[in-house]
Amino acid sequence: MTVFEAILLTIVTASTPLLIAALGELVTERSGVLNLGVEGMMAMGAACSFAAAVTFDSTLLGVAAGMLAGALMAALFALLVLGFAANQTGSGLALTILGLGLSGLIGAPFVGARRDPIAPIDLPGLSDIPVIGRLFFEQDLFVYASIALTILVAIYLVRTRSGLTLRSIGENHTSANALGLPVRQVRFWAILFGGACAGLAGAYLALVYTRFWSPGMTAGRGWIALALVVFAAWRPGWVLVGAYIFGAATVLQLHAQAAQFGVPSQVLSAVPYLATIIALLLLSIRHGRAIGAPGSLGAPFVPDR
Amino acid sequence: MFSGKVFGALAGAAVLALSATTAVAQPKDKIKIGFIYVGPVGDHGWSYQHDQGRQAIEKAFPGKVTTTFVESVPEADSERAIEQLARTGHDLIFTTSFGFMEPTLKVAKKYPNIKFEHATGFKRNPNLSTYAAKFHEGRYIIGQIAGKMTKSNTIGYVGAFPIPEVIAGINAFYLGAQSVNPSVKIKIVFANTWYDPAKEGDAAKALLDQGVDMLAQHTDSPAPIQAAEARGKFGFGQASDMERFAPKAQLTAIIDDWSQYYVARAKAVLDGTWKSEDTWGGLASNMVVMAPYKNMPDDVKKLAQDTEAAIKAGTLNPFKCPVIGQDGKEIECKGKGALADEQVLGMNFYVKGIEDKIPQ
Repeated sequence: MTVFEAILLTIVTASTPLLIAALGELVTERSGVLNLGVEGMMAMGAACSFAAAVTFDSTLLGVAAGMLAGALMAALFALLVLGFAANQTGSGLALTILGLGLSGLIGAPFVGARRDPIAPIDLPGLSDIPVIGRLFFEQDLFVYASIALTILVAIYLVRTRSGLTLRSIGENHTSANALGLPVRQVRFWAILFGGACAGLAGAYLALVYTRFWSPGMTAGRGWIALALVVFAAWRPGWVLVGAYIFGAATVLQLHAQAAQFGVPSQVLSAVPYLATIIALLLLSIRHGRAIGAPGSLGAPFVPDR
Repeated sequence: MFSGKVFGALAGAAVLALSATTAVAQPKDKIKIGFIYVGPVGDHGWSYQHDQGRQAIEKAFPGKVTTTFVESVPEADSERAIEQLARTGHDLIFTTSFGFMEPTLKVAKKYPNIKFEHATGFKRNPNLSTYAAKFHEGRYIIGQIAGKMTKSNTIGYVGAFPIPEVIAGINAFYLGAQSVNPSVKIKIVFANTWYDPAKEGDAAKALLDQGVDMLAQHTDSPAPIQAAEARGKFGFGQASDMERFAPKAQLTAIIDDWSQYYVARAKAVLDGTWKSEDTWGGLASNMVVMAPYKNMPDDVKKLAQDTEAAIKAGTLNPFKCPVIGQDGKEIECKGKGALADEQVLGMNFYVKGIEDKIPQ
């Protein structure tokens, strides 16, 4: 394996959890709900997936447990913001704090446990193609799933009736309600989807990326996913681009240090953030029209009775 | 009447004198000890080892000492946590990260009757001691192992931040490697975090991808050594024995063992003999312990054991003079035959042979 191939493979691993978590949050926000609890849901996903994977010695059950944990956390959030029309910013922050704490408690007995790496899926023939072979055809299932998820979310939002409903609820929940659209029901599922995705991202982190559990191991990735959604102007394709630029910049700055280019590491550490912001800003400028957040984003919804 | 008055006055003076002495040194039957950790107890590294020390105190004085801890305390917000412990009846408080220095000093001045102990700092007070460990002694040994065992002649180092403690570790590691392999090269990557397992792992992968086959780390999680294991390369555990994460890759680990020190300090408070001191222990005082030497040929193991013994006996100092800086000039030798303690604690230069620059 050449250095070039190795770098590309590491970039894919670094980008995938960001992409999955950001896609989930994107759907939630498109329905008009701002869930700042991504970091907490991700931490819960990591803890529960690892606990289940070790207990039952099954990666599949681990992944399921991670998604379920994320979705349960999201359901709690949904109860607050949909059921009680609570402030979304405050509820989301509380969810992050709760998730980080609770995940530490759940994961405590599994501190120090270790999982073997999951085998990448090898497509015979295709993965032997030089350079791109291993990159495109010898990844783990999560990577393929994250790409498929991007496409499915894009199609769902733009090409389906249900996606149109979700977007219109996000743009103006009062009008949508007047038209008889089930605002809270749609938002509930959107929040749950966001939670499951954050949980899946956490599972990827614990089961594939690091292969152990330790408290606080999400280390701010949930917040980066949140930022990606904004800078990608709520578009799935751009979220993919943003996640990969961020992952690439993170990995490349480490390589730049090892190669002794002589640029201070503090500056290099800031590169991922700068590169992602600049790239996505350029994208949105090229697009030629103002891109705003969903109209009802973050506003509590109380139906008239 | 008269004699009664005199007796009374004398008795009063005696009581005063007695209370004056007890205020200084008062043996206690029961004490409460608090700990502030910068990371989670489950980090398998730095904070984990401090917590092992806390548990050692509980075991050593059953029924006499109760302990509490607060984990994952952000350095910027630590004053509140320290003061909380001070207010809740703790007799001795350990704050275990460099960044807790100013807040600890501030709280210590406010509560003169409570004893404080701050790890890796340099500011003291009559009720505030400091303590640290000479991890660079262990890093010299792992440097020799790496220098002997490398096949690509390139060794790697994942650092947290370019601060003196980390720089001294890198220099000691490289000097050790150089002492057995003069042409060895080193590559250094700073993760700019103490604790982010995924990023630490990526930093390690970057080094391994660029031809490093011996990996040392100065960040807190086992992710780097685990990356070495996954690539069939070798590494060294940091702060705690990380063998369970990398049974094939771990050659040894530099273990911080605070138990002896913590137990001694708790005993001093119990006995009423506690004094403000500065302790800098190393291999000789068992504050730094090497994990079993494994996965290496016998001659390398022998070399490592001999070096360990020499450092313990005081016949070898990793920073023995002359120490040559990157510019080829000799560093002024302020200690006896080796760099002085303050030169090591404030180290801000790389030694000759390291081709990288310290990020400023």
